[in-house]
Amino acid sequence: MRDEPIDPHARIVVIGAGQAGFTACTKLRDLGHQGPITLIGEEAHPPYQRPPLSKGYLLGEITEDRLYFRPLSFYEERSIDLRLSSIASAIDRDRKVVALADGNVIAYDRLILTTGARPRTLPATIGGNLDGVFCVRNLADINAMAERFLEGRRVLIVGGGYIGLEAAAVSAKLGLRVTVIEAALRILQRVACPETAAYFRALHDEKGVTLLEGAALEALEGDDGHVRSARLVGGSVVPVDFVIAGVGVVPNVELAEAAGLTIDNGIAVDETCRTSDPDIYAAGDCASFPWRTGRIRLESVGNAIEQAEAVARSLTGTISHYDAKPWFWSDQYDVKLQIAGLSAGYDNVATRVGSAGGMSYWYYRGKELLAVDAMNEPRVYMVAKRLIEAGRSPSAAVVSDPATELKALLS
Amino acid sequence: MPKISVVAKDGTVFEIQAEPGTSVMENAVRNSVPGIEAECGGACACATCHVYVDEAWQEKVGLPGPIEADMLDFAYDVRPASRLSCQIKVADGLDGLVVLVPERQS
Repeated sequence: MRDEPIDPHARIVVIGAGQAGFTACTKLRDLGHQGPITLIGEEAHPPYQRPPLSKGYLLGEITEDRLYFRPLSFYEERSIDLRLSSIASAIDRDRKVVALADGNVIAYDRLILTTGARPRTLPATIGGNLDGVFCVRNLADINAMAERFLEGRRVLIVGGGYIGLEAAAVSAKLGLRVTVIEAALRILQRVACPETAAYFRALHDEKGVTLLEGAALEALEGDDGHVRSARLVGGSVVPVDFVIAGVGVVPNVELAEAAGLTIDNGIAVDETCRTSDPDIYAAGDCASFPWRTGRIRLESVGNAIEQAEAVARSLTGTISHYDAKPWFWSDQYDVKLQIAGLSAGYDNVATRVGSAGGMSYWYYRGKELLAVDAMNEPRVYMVAKRLIEAGRSPSAAVVSDPATELKALLS
Repeated sequence: MPKISVVAKDGTVFEIQAEPGTSVMENAVRNSVPGIEAECGGACACATCHVYVDEAWQEKVGLPGPIEADMLDFAYDVRPASRLSCQIKVADGLDGLVVLVPERQS
């Protein structure tokens, strides 16, 4: 598919200065766009990487400036007008302007929405607004909780998804006493098979983390406004020094919705990353896009980069069809989990035991390979990613056989 | 501060003053060296920061670790000098290091 390229001098405005917004701007310049590019970000920091926040940054292994994609001087050099601490308050599609909360107005010829997602918070009615309750999304969130990470402190992590488990791993490594509660019957229920959940449960058990599954939070309780304990449904009480909520994110669609754009589990875009307004595009965590027979929204760096690049290519008239190749990773203790594909809809799982303590689980729907979780098995991950992208499905019997040379499956 | 050189595929040499302890990948990315994608930001999870270490430096830089070696095995045009640049830490002993960016990452 080929779009008409825009005028190389067209004014492009990008709302949201995370991975997708940053990538869209730099890719537009790489592809030769000469017109003004404005990147609007709510935070005070230059655009930065989020994945290390719940991993190396929280552990204190990386400093803040090393999270920045580029130094501030980069934006000036590439003529990207970076507006930090700046909030877009409305999009006027008739006049083709973005209104900022500070009263300024920026005109656009094409608009790119990379507004991301925000963490779901615990409601104030159950103590979610007490001091000492944190979430994991922004640098400010991590900076606020960092001083609480002292040996012996008791942290409660609400939510046994990947963010919660990464926070648990960091906490345990730093010598905190860690409890994770998951309301569903098991951890990772929404994103992984029981086998992967069992693998991580055993890992966290071994590190001394208390994992409570089927354990729903009734309320957080405190005194002097500071959280002191958590009461679970059923009546048990867990004393805590602080709480981290990892209960998912919601896409930031309000600006798009108020402007009358179509919303469908995110800002709905077509295969060229266009919203229901042909002059407005969206990419990253905030955007839902066509995938196979349905529509999905991905919360991942890989998707933010690839989709934002697709927007830039679409605008500059090169090939624009966005072909998502979902992949994810998580670091917990000494385990690197790499995930290729999307497991949703699987009905059977094959197990491959690696030679050096690695393990992988292969998700199938019937005979179709959908996804693979690879724990300390980078070779498995790399092979699986290529197989899935090529639409190839070696049988469960073949992948489970330790004698199968995986690389041979690619030829 | 050690100076490192990253040679882009078109031959352009990027000479960078690099802080010890940072990775070669980080320095290349911050200086916008084309061809280093580094999608995972240095977690050794994606194999898109592949470089060739100049022959004179191979011994000093050393061999890839086990996870890195497995990832590299699937990179494009892998050679004995291949490393993932996110796993090469800058140190005073690497002052003068030269690495080359491959034709493409995957």
